[in-house]
Amino acid sequence: MQIDLKTYRLTDPGKLGMIALVVGILGLLVSILGFTSDRTQFFYSYLVAFVFWTSIGLGGLFFTMLHHLADAKWSMVLRRISESVMSTLPLMGLFAIPLLFGIHDLYHSSHADVMATDELLKAKEPFLNQAFFIIRTVGYFVIWSLLTFFLFRNSVKQDSVHSDKLTAQWRRVSAPGMILFAVTSTFAAFDWLMSLDPHWYSTIYGVYMFTGGFLAAISFIILSASYQRRQGILKEEITIEHYHDLGKLLFGFLVFWAYMAFSQYFLIWYANIPEETVWFLDRWENAWKSLSLLMIFGHFAFPFLALLTRGAKRSVVWLSVMSCWILFMRWVDIYWLAMPTLHEHGPQFSWIDLSTMCGIGGIFIWYCWRKYTSHPVLPVNDPGLKESLEFVNN
Amino acid sequence: MAKIGSRAYGVLAEFSGTGPLLSAAKKIHEAGYKKYDCHSPFPIHGMDQAMGMKRSPIGYMVGFTGACGLLGMLYLTYWVSVVEYPLVISGKPLFSWQAYVPPVFAITILVSAFMATFGMLVLNKLPRFNHPLFNSESFKRFSDGGFFISLEAGDPKYDEVKVTEFLKSIGATKVEVVTDE
Repeated sequence: MQIDLKTYRLTDPGKLGMIALVVGILGLLVSILGFTSDRTQFFYSYLVAFVFWTSIGLGGLFFTMLHHLADAKWSMVLRRISESVMSTLPLMGLFAIPLLFGIHDLYHSSHADVMATDELLKAKEPFLNQAFFIIRTVGYFVIWSLLTFFLFRNSVKQDSVHSDKLTAQWRRVSAPGMILFAVTSTFAAFDWLMSLDPHWYSTIYGVYMFTGGFLAAISFIILSASYQRRQGILKEEITIEHYHDLGKLLFGFLVFWAYMAFSQYFLIWYANIPEETVWFLDRWENAWKSLSLLMIFGHFAFPFLALLTRGAKRSVVWLSVMSCWILFMRWVDIYWLAMPTLHEHGPQFSWIDLSTMCGIGGIFIWYCWRKYTSHPVLPVNDPGLKESLEFVNN
Repeated sequence: MAKIGSRAYGVLAEFSGTGPLLSAAKKIHEAGYKKYDCHSPFPIHGMDQAMGMKRSPIGYMVGFTGACGLLGMLYLTYWVSVVEYPLVISGKPLFSWQAYVPPVFAITILVSAFMATFGMLVLNKLPRFNHPLFNSESFKRFSDGGFFISLEAGDPKYDEVKVTEFLKSIGATKVEVVTDE
């Protein structure tokens, strides 16, 4: 990899994009094989992979809008990374299309005979019906894509135009964008994952999914930056101080994730109403229990202690290792949310889980990298860039 | 000069601005003095590094207190509801750790916050009623336009004449001896 330090454009983007594309295409081809051999398993695996990568894209959108709204300076050097991550959202919209063909395999409530006999589901029919599901899913991606297109276009425009208007514009869009983001990401979580078990409901589910997605997005940003650092790119620009702040965000959202996860569990445990507790019972019996325990210790206790000290947050190597671990735990999280509906008696890992993850992930990374490398890797004209380059923690 | 019958607290040197104050702080640190402090109306970036200050131990103090609060409150909730006054509530086991989490969490945060606040005060040698530096007339401008360095008599390398010469040589505009009455 090579960089032109005058324009901050990558003159040689390296092989990452090509490798990701090949892995992605191979993964998708193998997944098609999975579709023909085990249709239901395919759709569940596909859903897990789809939600995993979409939530990273959403985390990127949140990071970018938060950066604009808070008028943040420290994160200016990371802005192009978070913008590239969010720019994958329209692509994820394409990946949502196969999902629409799997509604019958995934969602219990899409069967007419079930809806006819189940009194509770009958009452939920105005929300849980196929047409509205498709409209909502399309709606989410239209909203996310519009936000993404606008923010990315304006950001790139800033590279050639000196204007204060752009800053004012993206701030004006980010404020209502944030509200739209909260509503759409909450309902997307309800639609795609929570309605797998149509009787069960939890109002905090959307926030829980958001915290996990943002965690994954920060991990992804850390890994993108440290990958470039190893290749000798942006070594002087993205300093240890920026990693330190990313580490703090990562640590904070780990605690926030645990707070949400426990809040969800705690109220249901306290009230002890069978129609609510059954969801946790499904995950606390047989082999699913070990996965639940892995969530408590692997998604909270271990990374909490591992990232507690200042030294840990200031070590690029350690942060990268923990980012990989948190991305893995993020996948376990979504698997743990979705799969008990299919495999009631314990987790059964399938090769289709791997192939769909690689398939969507490969295309995701290829597209993200392509977006990243086709523009200057820093917002070179932003008046806040100098402040970000000089940023230190005190 | 020091009055008869009073002890010298140390010397107080005035500087013309942030730049001279920073470079003077660095030189004093390099000269090996330990008991000195810089006073400015606002925080100056890089002052901690210039003075060679170590990181405050407050983080570890708070961490330790938090851990003690966590374990202590966990024991208290356990002792109350299992040992001292066992009471079955909504058919749940006596040791229902889930119900203990909110109070344990809250107490952990509370004692940590106490340690952060009061530990900070103690580390800063506060509260106190007065400080010898307030005996100096020129020091009264420390909060609106004066830049000062005070060097205490308790420093092992302290020697009134030498220190005064030294401070003048590194750019002090005015050096005076402050007494501890």
